[in-house]
Amino acid sequence: MNFFLVSLLKIAIVFAVFMSTLAYLQWIERKVLGHIQSRTGPLRVGPHGLLQPTADVIKLLTKEDLLPPFVNRFFYLLAPFIAVSLSLIAISIIPFGPEINIFGVRTYMQISDLNVGILFVLAISSISVYGVALAGWSSNNKYSLLGSLRSSAQMISYELTLTLAIVSPLLLNNHLSFREISDSQAGFYLGFIPRWNIFQMPFPQIFAFLFFMIAGFAETNRVPFDLPEAENELVAGFHTEYSSMKFACFFMSEYANMVTITCVATLLFLGGWHPLLPGVIANLVGPVVFLLVAAVLFYHALQPARKRDRFTFPIFGLAFLVLAIIFAIPPFWPVLTPLFWFVSKVGILLFVYIWVRGTLPRFRYDQLMHFAWTFLFPCALVNLLATAFFVAVFGK
Amino acid sequence: MHLPPVPLSWYLILSAILFALGVAGFIYRKSVITVFMSIELMLNAVNLSFITFSYHLRRIDGHIYSFFVMVVAAAEAAVGLAIILTIFKNRGTLQIDEVDSLKL
Amino acid sequence: MDTVLFIIFATVAVVCAFNLVLQKHPISSALSLIGVMGSLAVLYLLLGAEFIAMAQVIVYGGAVMVLFVFVIMLLNAGSEKSSSKSWFANVAGIPLLLAFVALLGFLIRSVLPPMRAVEFGSWVGGKAEQIGQMLFTEYLLPFEVVSVLILIAILGAVVLAQKEID
Repeated sequence: MNFFLVSLLKIAIVFAVFMSTLAYLQWIERKVLGHIQSRTGPLRVGPHGLLQPTADVIKLLTKEDLLPPFVNRFFYLLAPFIAVSLSLIAISIIPFGPEINIFGVRTYMQISDLNVGILFVLAISSISVYGVALAGWSSNNKYSLLGSLRSSAQMISYELTLTLAIVSPLLLNNHLSFREISDSQAGFYLGFIPRWNIFQMPFPQIFAFLFFMIAGFAETNRVPFDLPEAENELVAGFHTEYSSMKFACFFMSEYANMVTITCVATLLFLGGWHPLLPGVIANLVGPVVFLLVAAVLFYHALQPARKRDRFTFPIFGLAFLVLAIIFAIPPFWPVLTPLFWFVSKVGILLFVYIWVRGTLPRFRYDQLMHFAWTFLFPCALVNLLATAFFVAVFGK
Repeated sequence: MHLPPVPLSWYLILSAILFALGVAGFIYRKSVITVFMSIELMLNAVNLSFITFSYHLRRIDGHIYSFFVMVVAAAEAAVGLAIILTIFKNRGTLQIDEVDSLKL
Repeated sequence: MDTVLFIIFATVAVVCAFNLVLQKHPISSALSLIGVMGSLAVLYLLLGAEFIAMAQVIVYGGAVMVLFVFVIMLLNAGSEKSSSKSWFANVAGIPLLLAFVALLGFLIRSVLPPMRAVEFGSWVGGKAEQIGQMLFTEYLLPFEVVSVLILIAILGAVVLAQKEID
């Protein structure tokens, strides 16, 4: 009984945090893209546009939810359901930290620890092709069909590279469960180089990390591989005929896939929740970062660029000061420090996603497929062979 | 409510039912793609049998055989669908009743 | 709990298999087949075969069936036209099939030795390590032969489906 209650509580917490992350990830993307393009992003709804996701949710909920006349009704309604439910299920095996002990209850910071966690993530990404394929086909629309066929072909082509890039660090870690993979990346070489998989002897997996990130961009249909949903090429690709909540489902599933891929990249390559610096300093990095942010906010509150900032910046600065104090309390360190490191690594990778979106142009479709089959796939194979060779010759 | 555990013979009977349905689909259906899918259904039913016996005998060999059946089915699906594409290109139809002579 | 799961997913498998045989449009049959494969994956998990369950979803559900769905969409396969079947198949088909299933059921219950009941967790021998161990020691030759088979299949598919060079 205790196990069920604890699991329910974990599911509730993870779900709540995940859904608000998805909403605010969209705000971050619009602000960052705006600043890359020398403009501000959303600015008016709430202080610095912070209530923009709320406005978007209200807009999407109140739009007309139409069912176009000649669609295949069952598949039209099934496709967003498949897309969003699979993307949200994938968060259930991601561990956010080690085993913790709160009020006498010992539990993992993970909803369920599967023995074959990596295969589960691969299975989810294989099945989510159907959401895209059925959406385009059932919409009875040339552009949707073309967009969905292109998108499905792109997703299954890059799945090969993704799988090979996942298998290479597994040769170093000898386990399929995410928790074990992260635990085998604990410790430091020479006292200061962390034993993350991108640094781990006998073969640092830096190339596999690159291939995984590139394939991850393609799997989630993000720039530079977002031709299937490009606005100026294909109207809107496979989700042309979808409105209001069904469109919101596809939207959510894209961001959820992004978060899943970055979490998996963090766990497989960047050491999960293990810190960059050894010893007690690792626990103090969090409070220092929050103090710096609070200091910057207070400094800008003294000479605000906009009149409203004179009131909002000190409040945010105070919030970050409180966060810094909470993260600096030693009894909370076993829970908060791994969480801080995991979230900051995932956050950096998500920032790279958004940064690339603002920087790179789009691949043409034949260039995209050519890149997958003639360059990435052989390179990932060679990386796997090299890893296997080094592990066989030099041992673990 | 504690239900009694499922006897293993139920898994084998399920496998027999799925196999029989696969045979029915293979014999009755006219579209060549559906016939092919019935073949995949038969292969899945046989996989279930293998895994069941592997559980009974507490040996992992059944899993290995099932793994090889899966690989062979994937290879067969790839080539079979390529053949279907060629049939469609040459005959213009996907009904197997109309593909009944070697001459085009 | 595992009894409930077995009953639910066995029913889903049988219903989806019926749907595959009875539906007119190939895409509905394809989705029913995906449903069968998914419920079979859950049944494999109940029998302790965790690696094979995941492989079933990844290989069958995520690759083979995607291929089927692609071909159906590319060829724009429409609903089947019903044509006259033979008299024998119409009259004697279903009774013969039922007799077949009944015969198999009778054989399973009477000829096979009494088998154990399925309890989830009583056998944990289906892990990836054990399968890997067997694949690379005892079944090494079939493993290598199967990789050649996949190569042949790739070549065959590419040759059969390529554009003709006029």
